[in-house]
Amino acid sequence: MVSTALFFLFAGFAIMCAISMVYHKNPLYSAISLVGVFISLACIYVTLAAPFIAIVQILVYAGAIMVLVVFVIMLLNLDDEPKSSRLKYLYALGGGLGLVLLAQTLFVVYAVSRTPNQAIDPNATVGNTIDIGRAMYTDYLLPVEIVGVMLLMAIVGSVVLARRLSQPALELVIDNEEERRSEELTS
Amino acid sequence: MEETLKLIFPYVVVLIGVLLAFQGVLMIVAYTVLGERKVLGWIQGRVGPNRVGPWGVLQPFADLLKFIFKEDIVPNESSKFIYYLAPMIALTCALMPIVVYPFGPTITTIDWSFLPYGIAEGVHMLRLVIAHIDVGVLFVLAITSVGVYGIMLAGWSSNSKYSLMGGLRSSAQMISYELAMGASVIGVVILAGSLDLTEIIRAQMGSPWYMRWFIIPQFIGFVVFLISAFAETNRVPFDLPEAETELVAGFHTEYSALKFALFFMAEYVNMFTVSMMATVLFLGGWYVPGLSHIFDVGSVPYALISIGAFVGKVIGFLFLYIWIRGTLPRFRFDQLMNFGWKFLLPLGLANLIGTIVVVFFLNR
Repeated sequence: MVSTALFFLFAGFAIMCAISMVYHKNPLYSAISLVGVFISLACIYVTLAAPFIAIVQILVYAGAIMVLVVFVIMLLNLDDEPKSSRLKYLYALGGGLGLVLLAQTLFVVYAVSRTPNQAIDPNATVGNTIDIGRAMYTDYLLPVEIVGVMLLMAIVGSVVLARRLSQPALELVIDNEEERRSEELTS
Repeated sequence: MEETLKLIFPYVVVLIGVLLAFQGVLMIVAYTVLGERKVLGWIQGRVGPNRVGPWGVLQPFADLLKFIFKEDIVPNESSKFIYYLAPMIALTCALMPIVVYPFGPTITTIDWSFLPYGIAEGVHMLRLVIAHIDVGVLFVLAITSVGVYGIMLAGWSSNSKYSLMGGLRSSAQMISYELAMGASVIGVVILAGSLDLTEIIRAQMGSPWYMRWFIIPQFIGFVVFLISAFAETNRVPFDLPEAETELVAGFHTEYSALKFALFFMAEYVNMFTVSMMATVLFLGGWYVPGLSHIFDVGSVPYALISIGAFVGKVIGFLFLYIWIRGTLPRFRFDQLMNFGWKFLLPLGLANLIGTIVVVFFLNR
Protein backbone atom coordinates (compact mmCIF):
# COMPACT_ATOMS: atom_id res chain seq x y z
CA MET A 1 0.00 0.00 0.00
CA VAL A 2 2.80 2.34 0.91
CA SER A 3 4.58 1.58 -2.34
CA THR A 4 1.41 2.33 -4.32
CA ALA A 5 1.05 5.69 -2.59
CA LEU A 6 4.72 6.44 -3.26
CA PHE A 7 4.29 5.43 -6.89
CA PHE A 8 1.43 7.87 -7.35
CA LEU A 9 3.36 10.60 -5.55
CA PHE A 10 6.45 10.25 -7.74
CA ALA A 11 4.47 9.55 -10.92
CA GLY A 12 2.43 12.69 -10.34
CA PHE A 13 5.60 14.68 -9.75
CA ALA A 14 7.13 13.24 -12.93
CA ILE A 15 4.10 14.18 -15.01
CA MET A 16 4.01 17.67 -13.47
CA CYS A 17 7.66 18.19 -14.30
CA ALA A 18 7.17 16.84 -17.83
CA ILE A 19 4.30 19.24 -18.48
CA SER A 20 6.30 22.15 -17.13
CA MET A 21 9.23 21.08 -19.32
CA VAL A 22 7.10 21.26 -22.45
CA TYR A 23 5.33 24.49 -21.58
CA HIS A 24 8.16 26.67 -20.31
CA LYS A 25 9.42 29.21 -22.80
CA ASN A 26 12.79 29.54 -21.08
CA PRO A 27 15.08 26.64 -22.07
CA LEU A 28 16.78 26.62 -18.67
CA TYR A 29 13.50 26.10 -16.84
CA SER A 30 12.70 23.28 -19.25
CA ALA A 31 16.05 21.65 -18.54
CA ILE A 32 15.51 21.88 -14.78
CA SER A 33 12.04 20.34 -15.18
CA LEU A 34 13.60 17.50 -17.14
CA VAL A 35 15.98 16.90 -14.24
CA GLY A 36 12.91 16.72 -12.00
CA VAL A 37 11.43 14.06 -14.32
CA PHE A 38 14.62 11.99 -14.13
CA ILE A 39 14.82 12.20 -10.37
CA SER A 40 11.19 11.17 -9.87
CA LEU A 41 11.70 8.28 -12.29
CA ALA A 42 14.68 7.22 -10.19
CA CYS A 43 12.48 7.33 -7.09
CA ILE A 44 9.97 5.04 -8.83
CA TYR A 45 12.79 2.61 -9.63
CA VAL A 46 13.71 2.59 -5.94
CA THR A 47 10.16 1.64 -4.97
CA LEU A 48 10.42 -1.19 -7.53
CA ALA A 49 13.46 -2.55 -5.64
CA ALA A 50 15.99 -1.66 -8.33
CA PRO A 51 18.37 0.70 -6.50
CA PHE A 52 21.21 0.17 -8.97
CA ILE A 53 19.15 1.28 -11.95
CA ALA A 54 17.73 4.19 -9.97
CA ILE A 55 21.17 5.45 -9.03
CA VAL A 56 22.56 4.99 -12.53
CA GLN A 57 19.57 6.98 -13.78
CA ILE A 58 20.51 9.87 -11.52
CA LEU A 59 24.25 9.52 -12.14
CA VAL A 60 24.04 9.41 -15.94
CA TYR A 61 21.02 11.52 -16.82
CA ALA A 62 20.65 14.03 -14.01
CA GLY A 63 24.32 14.17 -13.05
CA ALA A 64 26.11 14.09 -16.38
CA ILE A 65 23.95 14.68 -19.45
CA MET A 66 21.66 17.36 -18.04
CA VAL A 67 24.57 19.16 -16.39
CA LEU A 68 26.15 19.50 -19.83
CA VAL A 69 22.85 20.64 -21.32
CA VAL A 70 22.38 23.30 -18.64
CA PHE A 71 26.02 24.30 -19.07
CA VAL A 72 25.54 24.86 -22.80
CA ILE A 73 22.28 26.79 -22.24
CA MET A 74 24.08 29.04 -19.76
CA LEU A 75 26.97 29.61 -22.18
CA LEU A 76 24.75 30.38 -25.17
CA ASN A 77 22.40 32.59 -23.16
CA LEU A 78 19.43 31.80 -25.41
CA ASP A 79 16.73 34.43 -25.62
CA ASP A 80 13.09 33.73 -26.25
CA GLU A 81 12.92 32.45 -29.81
CA PRO A 82 10.38 34.09 -32.10
CA LYS A 83 7.61 31.79 -33.21
CA SER A 84 8.19 30.45 -36.69
CA SER A 85 5.76 28.96 -39.16
CA ARG A 86 7.52 25.63 -38.79
CA LEU A 87 5.57 25.10 -35.57
CA LYS A 88 2.33 24.41 -37.49
CA TYR A 89 3.30 21.06 -38.96
CA LEU A 90 5.22 20.23 -35.81
CA TYR A 91 1.92 20.40 -33.92
CA ALA A 92 0.44 17.82 -36.30
CA LEU A 93 3.55 15.64 -36.02
CA GLY A 94 3.53 15.87 -32.23
CA GLY A 95 -0.16 14.99 -32.11
CA GLY A 96 0.42 11.95 -34.29
CA LEU A 97 3.36 10.75 -32.22
CA GLY A 98 1.29 11.31 -29.07
CA LEU A 99 -1.45 9.09 -30.45
CA VAL A 100 1.11 6.36 -31.25
CA LEU A 101 2.46 6.61 -27.70
CA LEU A 102 -1.05 6.45 -26.25
CA ALA A 103 -1.82 3.34 -28.32
CA GLN A 104 1.41 1.76 -27.13
CA THR A 105 0.56 2.50 -23.49
CA LEU A 106 -2.91 1.04 -23.90
CA PHE A 107 -1.38 -2.06 -25.50
CA VAL A 108 1.00 -2.46 -22.54
CA VAL A 109 -1.89 -2.13 -20.10
CA TYR A 110 -3.83 -4.71 -22.09
CA ALA A 111 -0.87 -7.09 -22.25
CA VAL A 112 -0.27 -6.77 -18.51
CA SER A 113 -3.94 -7.42 -17.74
CA ARG A 114 -3.75 -10.60 -19.84
CA THR A 115 -0.72 -12.07 -18.06
CA PRO A 116 -1.65 -14.40 -15.21
CA ASN A 117 -0.94 -13.17 -11.71
CA GLN A 118 2.19 -14.70 -10.27
CA ALA A 119 3.39 -14.67 -6.71
CA ILE A 120 6.58 -12.66 -6.39
CA ASP A 121 9.61 -14.86 -5.88
CA PRO A 122 11.34 -13.42 -2.82
CA ASN A 123 14.68 -14.84 -3.95
CA ALA A 124 14.55 -13.11 -7.30
CA THR A 125 17.00 -10.22 -7.20
CA VAL A 126 16.60 -8.57 -10.56
CA GLY A 127 17.87 -5.15 -9.58
CA ASN A 128 21.01 -6.44 -7.88
CA THR A 129 24.38 -5.14 -8.98
CA ILE A 130 25.91 -8.60 -9.32
CA ASP A 131 23.04 -9.90 -11.43
CA ILE A 132 23.08 -6.87 -13.69
CA GLY A 133 26.84 -7.17 -14.15
CA ARG A 134 26.65 -10.90 -14.84
CA ALA A 135 23.81 -10.45 -17.34
CA MET A 136 25.64 -7.63 -19.10
CA TYR A 137 28.87 -9.58 -19.57
CA THR A 138 27.34 -12.96 -20.45
CA ASP A 139 23.89 -12.86 -22.03
CA TYR A 140 24.06 -9.35 -23.43
CA LEU A 141 27.76 -9.17 -24.23
CA LEU A 142 27.30 -8.21 -27.88
CA PRO A 143 25.02 -5.18 -27.25
CA VAL A 144 27.40 -3.99 -24.52
CA GLU A 145 30.36 -4.28 -26.88
CA ILE A 146 28.50 -2.46 -29.65
CA VAL A 147 27.53 0.36 -27.30
CA GLY A 148 31.14 0.57 -26.10
CA VAL A 149 32.50 0.84 -29.63
CA MET A 150 29.89 3.45 -30.52
CA LEU A 151 30.76 5.55 -27.50
CA LEU A 152 34.45 5.29 -28.38
CA MET A 153 33.63 6.45 -31.92
CA ALA A 154 31.70 9.39 -30.49
CA ILE A 155 34.64 10.35 -28.27
CA VAL A 156 37.16 10.12 -31.12
CA GLY A 157 34.81 12.06 -33.39
CA SER A 158 34.35 14.88 -30.89
CA VAL A 159 38.11 15.06 -30.32
CA VAL A 160 38.66 15.32 -34.08
CA LEU A 161 36.03 18.06 -34.36
CA ALA A 162 37.30 20.07 -31.39
CA ARG A 163 41.02 19.52 -32.01
CA ARG A 164 43.24 22.54 -32.30
CA LEU A 165 45.00 23.21 -35.55
CA SER A 166 48.70 22.46 -35.66
CA GLN A 167 50.93 25.45 -35.01
CA PRO A 168 51.79 26.51 -38.64
CA ALA A 169 48.16 26.14 -39.78
CA LEU A 170 46.97 28.08 -36.75
CA GLU A 171 49.44 30.89 -37.48
CA LEU A 172 48.20 30.99 -41.08
CA VAL A 173 44.61 31.40 -39.88
CA ILE A 174 45.61 34.12 -37.42
CA ASP A 175 47.62 35.95 -40.11
CA ASN A 176 44.68 35.88 -42.51
CA GLU A 177 42.37 37.16 -39.80
CA GLU A 178 44.70 40.00 -38.86
CA GLU A 179 45.11 40.95 -42.50
CA ARG A 180 41.36 41.01 -42.96
CA ARG A 181 40.90 43.21 -39.90
CA SER A 182 43.56 45.69 -40.92
CA GLU A 183 41.95 45.94 -44.37
CA GLU A 184 38.62 46.59 -42.73
CA LEU A 185 40.19 49.33 -40.62
CA THR A 186 41.87 51.03 -43.59
CA SER A 187 38.87 50.86 -45.91
CA MET B 1 -2.59 -1.23 18.66
CA GLU B 2 0.42 -3.39 19.36
CA GLU B 3 0.52 -4.52 15.76
CA THR B 4 0.54 -0.93 14.53
CA LEU B 5 3.30 -0.04 16.96
CA LYS B 6 5.34 -3.00 15.78
CA LEU B 7 4.76 -1.95 12.21
CA ILE B 8 5.89 1.63 12.65
CA PHE B 9 8.72 0.87 15.09
CA PRO B 10 11.46 0.47 12.43
CA TYR B 11 10.37 3.70 10.75
CA VAL B 12 10.48 5.55 14.06
CA VAL B 13 13.99 4.23 14.68
CA VAL B 14 15.12 5.39 11.23
CA LEU B 15 13.50 8.78 11.77
CA ILE B 16 15.26 9.26 15.10
CA GLY B 17 18.49 8.14 13.48
CA VAL B 18 18.12 10.66 10.68
CA LEU B 19 17.36 13.50 13.08
CA LEU B 20 20.29 12.62 15.34
CA ALA B 21 22.65 12.25 12.39
CA PHE B 22 21.68 15.59 10.90
CA GLN B 23 21.97 17.32 14.27
CA GLY B 24 25.37 15.74 14.82
CA VAL B 25 26.60 16.67 11.37
CA LEU B 26 25.40 20.25 11.67
CA MET B 27 27.10 20.59 15.06
CA ILE B 28 30.35 19.17 13.66
CA VAL B 29 30.04 21.51 10.71
CA ALA B 30 29.50 24.51 12.97
CA TYR B 31 32.59 23.63 14.95
CA THR B 32 34.57 22.93 11.77
CA VAL B 33 34.03 26.57 10.89
CA LEU B 34 35.28 27.63 14.31
CA GLY B 35 38.18 25.18 14.08
CA GLU B 36 39.08 26.50 10.66
CA ARG B 37 39.22 30.08 11.92
CA LYS B 38 41.28 29.04 14.95
CA VAL B 39 43.75 26.91 12.97
CA LEU B 40 44.10 29.54 10.25
CA GLY B 41 44.75 32.03 13.04
CA TRP B 42 47.55 29.89 14.45
CA ILE B 43 49.05 29.27 11.02
CA GLN B 44 49.11 33.02 10.37
CA GLY B 45 50.33 33.89 13.87
CA ARG B 46 47.02 35.29 15.10
CA VAL B 47 44.72 34.27 17.93
CA GLY B 48 41.48 33.61 16.06
CA PRO B 49 37.98 34.18 17.45
CA ASN B 50 38.11 34.39 21.25
CA ARG B 51 35.40 36.90 22.25
CA VAL B 52 32.16 34.85 22.29
CA GLY B 53 32.28 32.38 25.15
CA PRO B 54 35.45 30.88 26.64
CA TRP B 55 38.04 30.21 23.91
CA GLY B 56 35.41 31.35 21.38
CA VAL B 57 33.32 28.19 21.63
CA LEU B 58 30.02 30.01 21.15
CA GLN B 59 31.19 31.74 17.98
CA PRO B 60 29.21 29.42 15.60
CA PHE B 61 25.94 30.35 17.32
CA ALA B 62 26.75 34.03 17.16
CA ASP B 63 27.47 33.62 13.45
CA LEU B 64 24.19 31.80 12.92
CA LEU B 65 22.19 34.50 14.73
CA LYS B 66 23.89 37.10 12.59
CA PHE B 67 22.97 35.19 9.42
CA ILE B 68 19.34 34.98 10.53
CA PHE B 69 18.93 38.63 11.43
CA LYS B 70 20.71 40.12 8.43
CA GLU B 71 18.59 41.76 5.75
CA ASP B 72 17.67 39.38 2.94
CA ILE B 73 18.37 41.15 -0.35
CA VAL B 74 16.99 39.64 -3.55
CA PRO B 75 18.17 41.16 -6.86
CA ASN B 76 15.28 42.55 -8.91
CA GLU B 77 16.46 41.09 -12.19
CA SER B 78 17.03 37.58 -10.87
CA SER B 79 14.95 34.55 -11.86
CA LYS B 80 13.18 34.31 -8.52
CA PHE B 81 12.14 30.65 -8.49
CA ILE B 82 15.57 29.29 -9.38
CA TYR B 83 17.22 31.89 -7.19
CA TYR B 84 15.37 30.50 -4.17
CA LEU B 85 15.74 26.89 -5.32
CA ALA B 86 19.54 26.91 -5.77
CA PRO B 87 20.66 27.12 -2.10
CA MET B 88 18.11 24.44 -1.17
CA ILE B 89 19.50 22.09 -3.83
CA ALA B 90 23.04 22.79 -2.67
CA LEU B 91 22.39 21.99 0.99
CA THR B 92 20.06 19.04 0.33
CA CYS B 93 22.53 17.36 -1.98
CA ALA B 94 25.30 17.98 0.52
CA LEU B 95 23.34 16.45 3.41
CA MET B 96 21.81 13.45 1.61
CA PRO B 97 24.90 11.21 1.30
CA ILE B 98 25.30 11.20 5.10
CA VAL B 99 22.62 8.54 5.51
CA VAL B 100 24.55 5.76 3.79
CA TYR B 101 27.82 5.94 5.74
CA PRO B 102 28.25 3.27 8.41
CA PHE B 103 29.70 5.13 11.39
CA GLY B 104 30.09 2.17 13.74
CA PRO B 105 29.86 -1.61 14.01
CA THR B 106 26.61 -3.50 14.54
CA ILE B 107 25.66 -3.70 18.24
CA THR B 108 24.28 -7.12 19.14
CA THR B 109 24.44 -7.27 22.93
CA ILE B 110 21.69 -4.84 23.94
CA ASP B 111 18.56 -6.55 25.30
CA TRP B 112 15.66 -4.71 23.71
CA SER B 113 12.96 -6.31 25.88
CA PHE B 114 12.80 -3.25 28.16
CA LEU B 115 10.81 -1.44 25.46
CA PRO B 116 7.04 -1.53 26.14
CA TYR B 117 4.50 -3.70 24.26
CA GLY B 118 7.30 -5.86 22.92
CA ILE B 119 7.60 -3.58 19.91
CA ALA B 120 11.24 -4.51 19.47
CA GLU B 121 10.48 -8.20 19.32
CA GLY B 122 12.68 -9.89 16.77
CA VAL B 123 15.17 -7.02 16.81
CA HIS B 124 18.55 -8.52 17.63
CA MET B 125 20.96 -5.92 16.51
CA LEU B 126 21.39 -2.21 16.07
CA ARG B 127 23.13 -1.28 12.87
CA LEU B 128 25.00 1.98 13.17
CA VAL B 129 24.05 3.10 9.68
CA ILE B 130 20.85 4.91 8.82
CA ALA B 131 20.10 3.54 5.37
CA HIS B 132 21.85 0.38 4.29
CA ILE B 133 21.99 0.59 0.48
CA ASP B 134 23.65 -2.09 -1.65
CA VAL B 135 25.16 0.50 -3.92
CA GLY B 136 26.26 3.04 -1.32
CA VAL B 137 29.34 4.20 -3.24
CA LEU B 138 27.31 4.91 -6.36
CA PHE B 139 24.65 6.67 -4.30
CA VAL B 140 27.24 9.07 -2.92
CA LEU B 141 28.71 9.74 -6.37
CA ALA B 142 25.24 10.28 -7.86
CA ILE B 143 24.12 12.74 -5.22
CA THR B 144 27.42 14.60 -5.44
CA SER B 145 27.00 14.94 -9.18
CA VAL B 146 23.51 16.39 -8.72
CA GLY B 147 24.95 18.90 -6.23
CA VAL B 148 26.52 20.80 -9.14
CA TYR B 149 23.08 22.19 -9.97
CA GLY B 150 22.95 24.21 -6.78
CA ILE B 151 26.04 26.20 -7.68
CA MET B 152 25.34 26.36 -11.39
CA LEU B 153 21.77 27.62 -10.98
CA ALA B 154 22.81 30.08 -8.31
CA GLY B 155 25.32 31.53 -10.75
CA TRP B 156 22.80 31.75 -13.57
CA SER B 157 19.75 32.99 -11.69
CA SER B 158 21.52 35.86 -9.93
CA ASN B 159 21.80 37.62 -13.30
CA SER B 160 25.23 39.01 -12.52
CA LYS B 161 28.40 38.52 -14.52
CA TYR B 162 30.49 37.55 -11.50
CA SER B 163 27.95 34.97 -10.41
CA LEU B 164 27.66 33.55 -13.91
CA MET B 165 31.44 33.24 -14.28
CA GLY B 166 31.65 31.57 -10.89
CA GLY B 167 28.86 29.15 -11.74
CA LEU B 168 30.42 28.25 -15.10
CA ARG B 169 33.84 27.70 -13.59
CA SER B 170 32.42 25.61 -10.82
CA SER B 171 30.42 23.34 -13.07
CA ALA B 172 33.35 22.85 -15.47
CA GLN B 173 35.60 22.06 -12.51
CA MET B 174 33.20 19.64 -10.87
CA ILE B 175 32.46 17.77 -14.10
CA SER B 176 36.18 17.42 -14.78
CA TYR B 177 37.21 16.19 -11.36
CA GLU B 178 34.25 13.85 -10.94
CA LEU B 179 35.86 11.56 -13.52
CA ALA B 180 39.17 11.33 -11.69
CA MET B 181 37.31 10.77 -8.44
CA GLY B 182 35.25 7.98 -9.97
CA ALA B 183 38.36 6.32 -11.38
CA SER B 184 40.05 6.37 -7.96
CA VAL B 185 36.95 5.00 -6.22
CA ILE B 186 36.61 2.09 -8.66
CA GLY B 187 40.06 0.83 -7.63
CA VAL B 188 38.82 0.42 -4.06
CA VAL B 189 35.58 -1.16 -5.26
CA ILE B 190 37.56 -3.76 -7.22
CA LEU B 191 39.71 -4.65 -4.21
CA ALA B 192 36.70 -4.87 -1.89
CA GLY B 193 34.54 -6.63 -4.48
CA SER B 194 31.47 -4.66 -3.48
CA LEU B 195 29.75 -1.32 -3.87
CA ASP B 196 28.39 -1.61 -0.34
CA LEU B 197 30.16 0.68 2.13
CA THR B 198 29.72 -1.83 4.97
CA GLU B 199 31.35 -4.52 2.84
CA ILE B 200 34.19 -2.17 1.93
CA ILE B 201 34.91 -1.63 5.62
CA ARG B 202 34.71 -5.37 6.27
CA ALA B 203 37.23 -5.98 3.51
CA GLN B 204 39.68 -3.73 5.38
CA MET B 205 39.36 -5.58 8.70
CA GLY B 206 41.82 -8.16 9.94
CA SER B 207 45.50 -8.08 10.61
CA PRO B 208 47.94 -6.69 9.84
CA TRP B 209 46.00 -3.48 9.48
CA TYR B 210 48.71 -1.71 7.52
CA MET B 211 48.26 -4.27 4.74
CA ARG B 212 44.46 -4.25 4.87
CA TRP B 213 43.61 -0.57 4.81
CA PHE B 214 43.22 0.40 1.19
CA ILE B 215 45.41 3.46 1.63
CA ILE B 216 48.46 1.17 1.16
CA PRO B 217 47.51 -0.92 -1.91
CA GLN B 218 45.61 2.03 -3.38
CA PHE B 219 48.00 4.82 -2.44
CA ILE B 220 47.88 6.43 -5.90
CA GLY B 221 44.11 6.12 -5.83
CA PHE B 222 44.07 7.77 -2.41
CA VAL B 223 46.11 10.74 -3.64
CA VAL B 224 43.90 11.11 -6.73
CA PHE B 225 40.79 10.87 -4.56
CA LEU B 226 42.06 13.46 -2.11
CA ILE B 227 42.99 15.97 -4.81
CA SER B 228 39.73 15.56 -6.69
CA ALA B 229 37.83 15.78 -3.40
CA PHE B 230 39.41 19.19 -2.81
CA ALA B 231 38.29 20.23 -6.29
CA GLU B 232 34.79 18.79 -5.86
CA THR B 233 34.21 20.72 -2.66
CA ASN B 234 35.56 23.97 -4.16
CA ARG B 235 38.20 24.32 -1.48
CA VAL B 236 41.62 25.94 -1.64
CA PRO B 237 43.69 25.44 -3.82
CA PHE B 238 40.76 24.80 -6.17
CA ASP B 239 38.39 27.51 -4.94
CA LEU B 240 38.22 29.27 -8.30
CA PRO B 241 34.41 29.51 -8.30
CA GLU B 242 34.71 32.02 -5.49
CA ALA B 243 38.08 33.58 -6.27
CA GLU B 244 37.48 36.88 -4.54
CA THR B 245 40.20 38.81 -6.35
CA GLU B 246 38.54 38.23 -9.72
CA LEU B 247 34.92 37.36 -9.05
CA VAL B 248 33.98 39.20 -5.81
CA ALA B 249 32.48 36.06 -4.25
CA GLY B 250 31.74 33.93 -7.31
CA PHE B 251 28.43 32.14 -7.55
CA HIS B 252 27.09 33.45 -4.23
CA THR B 253 27.88 37.13 -4.83
CA GLU B 254 24.19 38.07 -4.91
CA TYR B 255 23.13 35.91 -1.98
CA SER B 256 22.71 37.36 1.46
CA ALA B 257 21.53 36.41 4.94
CA LEU B 258 20.23 32.87 5.43
CA LYS B 259 20.44 31.93 1.75
CA PHE B 260 24.16 32.64 1.83
CA ALA B 261 24.36 30.65 5.05
CA LEU B 262 22.87 27.66 3.23
CA PHE B 263 25.67 27.75 0.64
CA PHE B 264 28.23 28.23 3.38
CA MET B 265 26.89 25.24 5.30
CA ALA B 266 26.69 23.18 2.11
CA GLU B 267 30.39 23.74 1.49
CA TYR B 268 31.34 22.55 4.96
CA VAL B 269 28.90 19.62 4.89
CA ASN B 270 30.46 18.61 1.58
CA MET B 271 33.89 18.74 3.20
CA PHE B 272 32.57 16.53 5.96
CA THR B 273 30.95 13.95 3.68
CA VAL B 274 34.01 13.77 1.47
CA SER B 275 36.14 13.21 4.58
CA MET B 276 33.80 10.42 5.63
CA MET B 277 34.11 8.89 2.17
CA ALA B 278 37.91 9.01 2.35
CA THR B 279 37.80 7.44 5.83
CA VAL B 280 35.49 4.62 4.76
CA LEU B 281 37.25 3.89 1.48
CA PHE B 282 40.89 4.20 2.51
CA LEU B 283 41.28 4.21 6.28
CA GLY B 284 39.06 1.29 7.26
CA GLY B 285 36.08 3.35 8.41
CA TRP B 286 35.31 2.78 12.09
CA TYR B 287 37.69 -0.19 12.37
CA VAL B 288 40.27 0.04 15.18
CA PRO B 289 43.07 -2.53 14.85
CA GLY B 290 43.32 -4.88 17.81
CA LEU B 291 40.24 -3.60 19.60
CA SER B 292 38.47 -6.96 19.31
CA HIS B 293 41.09 -8.42 21.70
CA ILE B 294 40.03 -6.01 24.46
CA PHE B 295 36.25 -5.82 24.03
CA ASP B 296 33.79 -8.30 22.56
CA VAL B 297 32.76 -7.57 19.00
CA GLY B 298 29.22 -6.24 19.08
CA SER B 299 29.36 -4.93 22.64
CA VAL B 300 28.55 -1.34 23.51
CA PRO B 301 32.06 -0.15 24.51
CA TYR B 302 33.47 -1.67 21.31
CA ALA B 303 30.92 0.32 19.32
CA LEU B 304 31.54 3.52 21.24
CA ILE B 305 35.30 3.37 20.75
CA SER B 306 34.78 2.56 17.07
CA ILE B 307 32.49 5.56 16.64
CA GLY B 308 35.12 7.68 18.35
CA ALA B 309 37.78 6.33 15.99
CA PHE B 310 35.57 7.09 12.98
CA VAL B 311 34.96 10.66 14.09
CA GLY B 312 38.66 11.04 14.87
CA LYS B 313 39.72 9.92 11.39
CA VAL B 314 37.15 12.25 9.82
CA ILE B 315 38.40 15.15 11.93
CA GLY B 316 41.93 14.31 10.79
CA PHE B 317 40.83 14.82 7.18
CA LEU B 318 39.03 18.04 8.10
CA PHE B 319 42.24 19.28 9.70
CA LEU B 320 44.09 18.41 6.50
CA TYR B 321 41.62 20.56 4.56
CA ILE B 322 42.20 23.52 6.85
CA TRP B 323 45.96 22.99 6.91
CA ILE B 324 46.12 23.04 3.12
CA ARG B 325 43.93 26.14 3.03
CA GLY B 326 46.42 27.87 5.27
CA THR B 327 49.37 26.73 3.15
CA LEU B 328 48.68 26.72 -0.58
CA PRO B 329 47.82 29.56 -2.97
CA ARG B 330 45.07 29.28 -5.55
CA PHE B 331 45.52 27.70 -8.99
CA ARG B 332 44.89 29.55 -12.23
CA PHE B 333 41.88 28.22 -14.14
CA ASP B 334 43.79 26.81 -17.13
CA GLN B 335 46.25 25.17 -14.74
CA LEU B 336 43.33 23.58 -12.93
CA MET B 337 41.82 22.20 -16.14
CA ASN B 338 45.16 20.95 -17.48
CA PHE B 339 45.95 19.32 -14.15
CA GLY B 340 42.59 17.60 -13.97
CA TRP B 341 42.40 16.28 -17.51
CA LYS B 342 46.04 15.75 -18.44
CA PHE B 343 47.50 14.55 -15.16
CA LEU B 344 44.94 13.44 -12.61
CA LEU B 345 42.55 11.54 -14.88
CA PRO B 346 45.31 9.57 -16.71
CA LEU B 347 46.91 8.82 -13.34
CA GLY B 348 43.60 7.57 -11.95
CA LEU B 349 42.96 5.44 -15.04
CA ALA B 350 46.49 4.01 -14.95
CA ASN B 351 45.99 3.13 -11.29
CA LEU B 352 42.66 1.52 -12.18
CA ILE B 353 44.15 -0.59 -14.98
CA GLY B 354 47.08 -1.60 -12.76
CA THR B 355 44.67 -2.66 -10.02
CA ILE B 356 42.59 -4.69 -12.46
CA VAL B 357 45.67 -6.50 -13.80
CA VAL B 358 47.03 -7.27 -10.32
CA VAL B 359 43.67 -8.49 -9.01
CA PHE B 360 43.18 -10.61 -12.12
CA PHE B 361 46.51 -12.40 -11.69
CA LEU B 362 46.10 -12.76 -7.91
CA ASN B 363 42.68 -14.35 -8.28
CA ARG B 364 43.69 -16.87 -10.92
